[in-house]
Formats: sequence, structure tokens, C-alpha cells
Amino acid sequence: MAPKFQGVDFYDVDALLSEEERAVRDTVRAWVDDNVIPVIGEAYVAGHFPTQLVPGMAELGLFGANLPEEYGCAGLDNVAYGLIMQELERGDSGLRSFASVQGALVMYPIYTFGSEEQKKQWLPQMASGKVIGCFGLTEPDFGSNPSGMLTLARETKAGWVLNGAKMWITNGSTAHVAVVWAKTGAIDDPESIRGFLVPTNTKGFSAKDQKGKLSLRASDTSELVLQDVHVPTEALLPQSAGLKSPLLCLTQARYGIAWGAVGAAMACYDEAVSYAKNRLMFGKPIGGFQLQQARLAEMLTEITKAQLLCLQLGRLKDQGKATPQQVSLAKRNNVNMATEVARETRRLLGANGILAEYQAMRHLANLESVYTYEGTHDIHTLILGQEITGISAFG
Amino acid sequence: MSGVLAVLEQRDGVLRKVSHEVVTGARRLADASGGAGTVDAVVLAAGPVRGTDALGGFGADKVITLTNGAFGTYAPEGCATAIAARATSGRYDAVVFTASATGKDLAPRVAAKLGVALAQDITDLAVEGGAVIVVHPVYAGKALLKLKLTGTPVVVSLRPNVFTPVQRPRAGAAETVAVEVSAGRVRVKQVKAAEAGALDVGEAPIVISGGRGLKEPANFKVLEALAASFGGRAAVGASRAVVDAGWRPHSAQVGQTGKTVSPTLYIAVGISGAIQHLAGMRTSKVIVAINKDKDAPIFKVADYGIVGDLFEIVPRLTEEIRKLHG
Amino acid sequence: MKIAVCIKRVADSETRVKIGADGKSLDEAGVKFILNPYDEFAVEEALQRKEKAGAGEAVVIALGPPQAQETIRTALAMGADRGVLLQTDEVPADGLETAKVLAAELKDGGYDLILFGKMAIDDYNHQVGPMVAELLGLPCVTTVAHLEIAGDSGTAEREIEGGVEVVEFPLPAVLTIEKGLNEPRYPALKGIMAAKKKPLDVKPVTPGGGCGGGRGGGRVEVVARVPPPERKEGRIVGEGAAAVPELIRLLREEAKVL
Repeated sequence: MAPKFQGVDFYDVDALLSEEERAVRDTVRAWVDDNVIPVIGEAYVAGHFPTQLVPGMAELGLFGANLPEEYGCAGLDNVAYGLIMQELERGDSGLRSFASVQGALVMYPIYTFGSEEQKKQWLPQMASGKVIGCFGLTEPDFGSNPSGMLTLARETKAGWVLNGAKMWITNGSTAHVAVVWAKTGAIDDPESIRGFLVPTNTKGFSAKDQKGKLSLRASDTSELVLQDVHVPTEALLPQSAGLKSPLLCLTQARYGIAWGAVGAAMACYDEAVSYAKNRLMFGKPIGGFQLQQARLAEMLTEITKAQLLCLQLGRLKDQGKATPQQVSLAKRNNVNMATEVARETRRLLGANGILAEYQAMRHLANLESVYTYEGTHDIHTLILGQEITGISAFG
Repeated sequence: MSGVLAVLEQRDGVLRKVSHEVVTGARRLADASGGAGTVDAVVLAAGPVRGTDALGGFGADKVITLTNGAFGTYAPEGCATAIAARATSGRYDAVVFTASATGKDLAPRVAAKLGVALAQDITDLAVEGGAVIVVHPVYAGKALLKLKLTGTPVVVSLRPNVFTPVQRPRAGAAETVAVEVSAGRVRVKQVKAAEAGALDVGEAPIVISGGRGLKEPANFKVLEALAASFGGRAAVGASRAVVDAGWRPHSAQVGQTGKTVSPTLYIAVGISGAIQHLAGMRTSKVIVAINKDKDAPIFKVADYGIVGDLFEIVPRLTEEIRKLHG
Repeated sequence: MKIAVCIKRVADSETRVKIGADGKSLDEAGVKFILNPYDEFAVEEALQRKEKAGAGEAVVIALGPPQAQETIRTALAMGADRGVLLQTDEVPADGLETAKVLAAELKDGGYDLILFGKMAIDDYNHQVGPMVAELLGLPCVTTVAHLEIAGDSGTAEREIEGGVEVVEFPLPAVLTIEKGLNEPRYPALKGIMAAKKKPLDVKPVTPGGGCGGGRGGGRVEVVARVPPPERKEGRIVGEGAAAVPELIRLLREEAKVL
């Protein structure tokens, strides 16, 4: 089970990890080597999420791995959780997205805002992969500005009725349950936003695959339509209150993305190094040319910085000290870094770099989505700008 | 070395060819002390063994057949007892096995019975300053250990295909001794033979291995045809990738977690040459690689390479080999 | 069913082998250590046998340095019940010395099965299992690729050149396991967390002193560790099927293997 992938660890960051953290990382790494790497290129070209991998991920305990054991989860610390995301995204961003959504965007809000009954009903089933979830926040006209959402929830005698549309929903067509965010009050009142657990087989709920993606092709991305969807009172996540609730979920997911991006970058760097050493041009390995060495040196430097960034962020999170702004900085830096590493690898690989047989272009295309979702790069810039100056530059 | 015991192998009453290598290795040890040493070759069987008369040519002074009704098939405990007794009573300085499936099983039992150290699967041996120095590849051939063995007797097993048999004629006097030992608790009930004529990749003088480049399991018939053209001297091997994918049996796997092979000719077809594969075949005498990717690492260890579509190249090669043997 | 699995901490098979300054040892700088891959099959087999029996204990035993505790915990994370580390800073190159230490630990354990991987991927010694069996006077089958156990006897299959031997043996027994007997599980994350809490006995041992048997005692001693000889640079004969006649010519006239 020892992983084939040797990782990238120029600063002996491994020494800063506990034995359990390393064991978790190595297990997921080996699992990705054996189960993801051999099939992902093909799934990507075919344009479908490799659903056959879900039971294996569940068996390992990857879903909601940082939630407590009493709900069937692994009860890991946040660094171990981050390392899982890193290794999954080393395989493919689509796979990490699946786990991020399941764990950080569905299990986490149920754990944080749900009633004890809701936690007991959903969390063990989601940890075991029997129930797949999706997260409905973004709308066709409201991406970076979710407070403007048009989806409404109105109280009825028996519960709630929901109307609206959600867009760019990972796992939307696969999911058994959707966490849908809707305004329970006036259309201009983001403080009235609350979360609802909507089984996807409820009448009036429909999901449609988004076609024509050139990125995250090995991932299910859908549009959700809610037309007079009636749910009982118990569907409401009782502790959810206002826009800050879904934003709290996004902070969880962004934390995982910051780690995941490092995984994608490591995969590309590893491919770049091996290609540079083996590919001969003008009678010597292309790694012997200064231009390629500069590329590789830059990649290694940026990956090493990003690794240390995540690790300290994880330690802060475990101490309950990590701020959303610190998470923004890590997501912003690491995803941008990974996109650059993927692009430079693609270029270093020459014509071969455009083939699905190699990883770089797949990661590059994926990372363009990761750059945009969960708070675009630009939005995180504004979050940091506001944090530094105290002045909001939004809107 | 004044006396060396070479432990031979037979199957169904016929001496296995690898026995020639064992006698050759034993003879090298015996000669190391100036040619005065004797080599006694011993084979365990239920009755007479065919092929033992050739052993004098490779340097056996005596060929001893130890017979027992239980020795028709391999009887691990009975064989170990008989050989250990022989090694003790004959006061040999060294006992030489082959590192075959049987030899690797038997040698540790005998060494433990004698209370002496063992070096398995060695690729070279010499006597220096009275001690036996052997070469034992480790980390799948990524490093070689030079080991000094100081026991009496020294017990070693020789990697098949490495000790090329050489003619060193000695008397080769035949002797048959019925031995009385219990067969033991571990009993071979049945030997399921592989397909008729199929050679083991560990012992075949020619190995043709296939990897992912074959695209699907059924395409291995292309390699089987090439193997057949060598007239029963070639075996078909496989890379870990295709064994893990279930295309070929584990027994065919060449590499770090499979077999380490040293054939005269190794032909790698559609194998890129992962480090763990190279580890298993780098000691082959001549390596040929056929791959569509001219940058594949396999070309770095290959003596001869052809770049291109294996489905065109291999059939053509089969045709040419057939002509040669025609 | 009480089962012991003897495991070893080894350098990862993906490791680039660097030779130590003394010219004898492995340079361990930057080397990752793992549970010997063949031992994984042995651990898995023990777990499956125990699960099937519905009761019993799977004990993992390692001879090695203090860091081998981590290797033991890998097996505990897979599901083994407890571990024993026979701690020594120097794992002997001599298989019989290792076997003696293990046999002393196993002797009064009351095990129904003692499992080993068929060999360790670092030293390729391929001998400790059957030696332990000899020292304990137990029946032994090596390189088991298929196994059935019914009551107090078992049937194993082991691959031999050009065939398969079907072997019967009584329990208790020592078996060494070939790749492919089963599919080792990944340690689940919960298992990794649980492994910390499982018992792990550390017992200092002092192997060595030679084998002391035979007429001259003696032992195996590492004289040198050297890289394998480099293969000389090969050449591309040509492209496509048109290059075949030239290849044949080279194999006949230059390499002289046809």
C-alpha cells in the first residue's frame, strides 16, 4: 500500500507532521495511485465523474473526516483533513471537489446548523457514502454576490415551500440531498437567508447536467430548479441564520481547496521533473537547459511556500484561531500558484503537454474553475484589501 | 574448498537443466583451492533419475542419488533431513543449491538444521583468504551486497541463468543410496502442470514481456506467437501494470514485486520501463525494447531498440525468427 | 484462531538506493520506510482468517529499530490487535540470527499460524520464515499463493517453475505469503486513529554472536554494498517493422544470441 507517488518535500515539512497525519496522507496517496491515476484521464475525456470511486473513498473515511466519530466520521484534525484534500486533488480537482462538497458544504452545515435528529439521520449515511449531498447557494445571476439571491422559502401550515434556481452546483445530478439556501423574508434581506435539507426526489426539484464544460470534466456540475418544492418543518437547519451561515461553510471548503491546490501543483511538478530528465532534445535532457531549470526552480519554490502556508493555517484552525481572511489568503495564493505550475508544466511538456495521457493540461483546465469558484481570486483580493485597510471595496 | 555438495533438482524422474548450473557453481568453489576439491552432486528421487550421466562433464566427481518412496514429489521436510544428514556425514565445506522455487524453500531448512548461515539467490561467488565471498543483489538489483560467509559448511543458492554451465570433465561416478527418512508433515498432494511446454519466466533463456502498450489482454497472443517462434525456449512475461490490471497472472510478473530474471535475451514490448520493472530484468544479457515512445526509459537500458507500432513490429519479428528456425 | 505475523520495516521500493559512507550500509538520508509489501499480504491474511473464525487474535511482531513502531502501527491500523517490537539498532544481515530472535519470542505464544511475507524487499534474504519453522519444529509452506484451512489442517498452493504444487499441512504451521494471495486493505482513517491506542510491547533484544552451529559456526557478514554495473548505452536500431531485419542481424552477428 505504500504510495508510488513520492510527493514533493524540499523543506522536510514531513517532520512537522504527526505520525497519524503522515499515515493518513500516505493511505490516501496510495489509494489515489491505485484507484484514481489509472482511470482519471479517461473519465476526464469522456466527461463523467468516476462514481465507482465513491465507495472506496467512504470506506477509507474521507467524507467529513474532521467531524466527530460519534456521527460515523473519522475525527481527524484539520491538518490531516487538509492532507486528504491535497492527495485527492493530486488525482483530480473534480475528485477533491466531490469530497469538499460532501464534507465541507453538506456534512459541515448539518453538523453546525442542524438539530441532533438531523445530524443522526444524515451524517453517518453521508460518511459512508450512501447519501451524496450538494450545496445550493450560487444562482445564475448571483455568484460573487450571494446576498442578492432570488430563491425564496415561504412558511406553510405543514412546513416550507421553496422556489428558485441554483447554478454551478457540484454533485447536483448525483446528490440524494441538497442543502438549499433561500430567503425566508424580504427579497432584499440577506439576514433572512436560511438553509434547508431538500431530498432531491422531492416533487418540484430538478437537476440538469451542465454541458460543454472544458474544465472539471470529471465532475458533475448541474443547474438546480426548485418549483413549488414542499418540505416539512424539519427540513430547516434550525441554527442557520443569515448570509454568514453559508459563508461559514465556504470558509471550510476554501480551507480544503488551499490544500487541494498544493496537491495539483505537486502532481504537475512531479510530471515536469520526470519529463525534463527523460526528454532529450539537441542531444541532452531538456532539464539541462537553463530555461527549463528556471521553470522548475520557480515551481519548487512556490510549492514549498504554499505547503508551509497551509500547514500553519491548519494548526491555527485546530487551535480555533484561523480567520476567514487567513483562509482567503491561502486559497488565493495556492490556487493561483497551482494554476501557474500547471501552465508551466504544460509548456515544459511541449506538444505532449496537450495530451490527456499527461496530467498537466487536465490540472490546468481544472484549476481555472478552482480559481473562480468558492470566492474568485479577485473577491479574495478584495477580502484581503478590506482586512488591511478597513475599507470595503465591494460593490 | 576440499568438498562441495551440489544439490540437484529433478522432476518426474528427469534431472532439471538448472542442475548443470549448480554443478558449475560448485565446481568453481571446489577449484578455488587449486583444483584439489571434489564436487559431490546429490539428487533426491523415488528411483533412478535420467540425465545424471551428463554431470561429470560439468565437474561432478560423484553423482549420488538418494532414493526414498516419498521423494517422487518434493517432500520439504524429508528432503531437508536427508540433505542435512548427508552434508554432515560427508563433512562438506559448502552446500550449493539453485535458487529455484524448490531450492529457495529447501536451503533455509537445511541451513537451520545445520545451524549455519545462508546466502540465497547469489549471482557470483569466489573464495578469498579462506572465506567464501558471494554477491547477492538486494533492492531488486538496485544494489549488490558482497557477503562474507564463514560457516562450515557454507550454504548458498545460485540465481538461475547466471552460472552458465561450462565443461570441466570429472569422473561423475554414479552412486545410489536408499535413505530412510520420514516424508514429514508437509505433503505435496498434487502438481498442477502449467500448459504443456510453458516455460517459467525465471528460468527461460528468452523472455518476451508485455506492458500496457499491448492495450488489452487478448493482444498478448502477439507475444505468445513470438515466443512460440523461438521453439520452446521463450516465456512470456509481463509488467506490474498489466498484472495488477488482471491481464496476466502474477507468476508472469517481472520486476521488484515479481520475478527477477536474467535471460540471454529479454524483449520488452510496450513497456515504458518503470524503475521497478528495470530492477527485475536489468541483469539480462541482451535487452531489446520495442515501444512507440522514443523517450521511454526502457530505451536507456536496452541494447537495441525499435521505435514504432508493436502490432506491426512484433509480427514481422515473429516471421523473421520463424525463417531462422525454419 | 491466534495468528502471529512477522513483519519488517524496509526502505520503500521507490527509493533511490544510495550507499552509505562506510560502503556497506544504505544511506538512510531522505529514505522513506514502509511495511514490507509482502508482509502486507501476510497481515491481510491474518485479519481475514481471524474475521472468518469470528474470534482470536492477530499479533504483529517486528525485529527492528525504535522507528519500526511506526511500521507496526501500520499493521495495527489495518486491524491487527497488538504489536511486539523486538528492538535492536542493528537488524542482522544473517537470516538465521533474525530467525533465532523471532523464534524465541514466538515459542510459547500458542499461535495456530505464524505468517511471514515470502521475503523482504530490502535484503531479499528469502529465508527467515522456514528457518523459524525449523527452530520451532513446526511444519512450513513457503510462497503460499492460495490457502484453505479447515479445522487443524490446511491446503496451500505454491507456484513452482512451470506449475503449481498443492501442499497439505497440519496446524500449527509457519507460512510465507506470496503476492496475490489476497488484496491487502488500506488502513482506514479510523483505523489509523485507533492504532495509537492498541498495545505495543517493546522488548530490547541483542541478536548476533554468529550462528554457532555446524562444524565451524560462522555467519554472514556484509563486506561491501555496491551499485550494480551500469549497462552500456544501447542504440535505437530504427523505426517500425522495417527495422526488424537489422535487429535480427545485430542479434546474430553482434550480440550472438540467436
